[in-house]
Amino acid sequence: MMRRFLLIATPYAWLLALFLVPFAIVLKISLSDVALARPPYVPQFSWEEGIGAFLSQLDLENFVFLTQDDLYWKAYLSSLRIAVMSTVLTLLVGYPVAYAMARAPQEWRPTLMMLVILPFWTSFLIRVYAWMGILSNEGYLNQFLLGIGAISEPLTILNTQVAVYIGIVYTYLPFMILPIYSALDRLDGSLIEAAEDLGCSRAQAFWLVTIPLSRPGIIAGCFLVFIPVLGEFVIPSLLGGSGTLMIGKVLWEEFFNNRDWPVASAVAVILLLILIVPIILFQRNQQKQAEAEQ
Amino acid sequence: MGQPETAPRSATGEMPHAGVFEPWNDPAESPLIRFRNVTKRFGEFTAIDDLTLDIYEREFFALLGPSGCGKTTMMRMLAGFEAPTEGVIELSGQDIAPIPPNKRAVNMMFQSYALFPHLSVWENIAFGLRRDRMPKRDLEARVEEMLRLTRLDQFARRKPHQISGGQRQRVALARSLAKAPKLLLLDEPLGALDKKLRQDTQFELMDIQEKTGTTFVIVTHDQEEAMTVASRVAVMDNGRIIQADTPARIYESPSSVYVADFIGDVNIIQGRATPDGDEAYRVDWAQGQTPLTASSATRFEPGQACHLAIRPEKVTISSDRPADAANAVQGKVHDIAYLGNLSTYHVELPGGVIIKAQTANTRRLSRRSYTWEDTVWLSWTATAGVLLAG
Repeated sequence: MMRRFLLIATPYAWLLALFLVPFAIVLKISLSDVALARPPYVPQFSWEEGIGAFLSQLDLENFVFLTQDDLYWKAYLSSLRIAVMSTVLTLLVGYPVAYAMARAPQEWRPTLMMLVILPFWTSFLIRVYAWMGILSNEGYLNQFLLGIGAISEPLTILNTQVAVYIGIVYTYLPFMILPIYSALDRLDGSLIEAAEDLGCSRAQAFWLVTIPLSRPGIIAGCFLVFIPVLGEFVIPSLLGGSGTLMIGKVLWEEFFNNRDWPVASAVAVILLLILIVPIILFQRNQQKQAEAEQ
Repeated sequence: MGQPETAPRSATGEMPHAGVFEPWNDPAESPLIRFRNVTKRFGEFTAIDDLTLDIYEREFFALLGPSGCGKTTMMRMLAGFEAPTEGVIELSGQDIAPIPPNKRAVNMMFQSYALFPHLSVWENIAFGLRRDRMPKRDLEARVEEMLRLTRLDQFARRKPHQISGGQRQRVALARSLAKAPKLLLLDEPLGALDKKLRQDTQFELMDIQEKTGTTFVIVTHDQEEAMTVASRVAVMDNGRIIQADTPARIYESPSSVYVADFIGDVNIIQGRATPDGDEAYRVDWAQGQTPLTASSATRFEPGQACHLAIRPEKVTISSDRPADAANAVQGKVHDIAYLGNLSTYHVELPGGVIIKAQTANTRRLSRRSYTWEDTVWLSWTATAGVLLAG
């Protein structure tokens, strides 16, 4: 009985310590006033006054402020657009890779899987800096293209949205490939043969059988890319330059440049609320898949 | 499953009524499928070795053999998933090598059933018809007809994982029959079913085959199943057909020791043949023992090595020497296998040879006539055994 309780309690304790408590702190800060102090806000909540007093004088001015300055909703929208676009791009690149892996000879598959995971062995930051070296005006890509005579003037890629998309697709590709590969790997090859036997061409069999049966993998991969990209900060700030507006960057600037912790926290709370919808959809997809597999 | 409405073929695989179904003996018939010197190699491995075979319309043809004998490769070549390395396969007189699987009037029922898990039973059956752009009303009528034929009406809306193994097997059959193929291929169709269900389903398959008039080619490693359902059986080994004939002839007149041994239980006595009159031979099988007599239409040279194959149920066991038996040998009961309806006595002859004799247990077991270590006589007629060269 005790063991069972411990077993169930452990993940909840983890969730409480590493998600709910920090979130409560952020929520508390988002309801405070900014101040020139250390920490730079005046708490509205204290244990002496209690929760009742706190709720009675609830101050939502930071959230109201987010609606007044169009920077914020533009940043949210731009983040959503970039997240959706990069999810689609990652899917377009990732699906063929996963498909090729699943159809590769059995003895190659562990190696191919290794190659997909290999980038994680290096620091993420170093890999993004490497892309700066590749994409800059004097970078390897431009040198190569100039060298083979494909272009006469260097292309400006770095500090544009193109660079952001390249960086995001590169970074998040494994999260797309792995769930799709796992769905395709489980696909019974005789189903494709059955489809062909019943009159499908190769392409029809792919659309009517392979795609529907790998759908749980596609959905899982899309969420695994979409959710973190929405709040992405490092890639747009290093590769995107000042022209790329993303909420992660806005949050960083509010927090560290403006030292406006309450507004930064309000931005974070809204971001979390936006993410709840896809996270719930993702969980439902995983659950449905688990049920179908029984 | 109820018994089929039409009279089932007898256990010998022939139609019980006057018009005997034997198109392979009719020179006027032209075969539906023709394998002509077909060889299939996978790298170094030869799966099918220079094979020639005719299969006729409306036949229920069984490919029987141990795993790796090439039977599945033959089926996959008919379906279009493999192409022959050498030789020609004809369907209705047309070389099928250049025709892709989706353009052949051939459908296959897969061993794993290969039902589409994301589609309902109804949609699975309609899948092939949709590819033909069949008008909606005809399509619905055809699917309903298939559902009725396989008695799946109540399960039309279910997904494959929501029905039993036997029902899945019937969905797979309905789906492969829906397009009314000229030829239906069945790859171990009953392999996943338990024994009782399998026996019922065998009759169901025969019934459906007769109702639809489709030519069936079935792959199986279960000899009983092949004998039950098939009009002809091809026994395969190492990419070759050893013998292709009706179940009765395969059983009663095997052409080789391999076939005799593969189908059913058999005693093999090795010896040397000496001609002894018209189609009669004397077989010297052990030093100091009376030679056996056997008849054979095949010629054996004097002193040629031979194998005498006798089915255990054709060997009679008795305590005294039968007076008029053509062959009689004495031995000691070494073992008794009790199968309920039958008992098989393993009798050790002098010199160590063990001969099996099978008797029907018409009496209660407590009154069994012979027991372990009893000295008994085994006897059989001159025509009971088959004399084989190898």
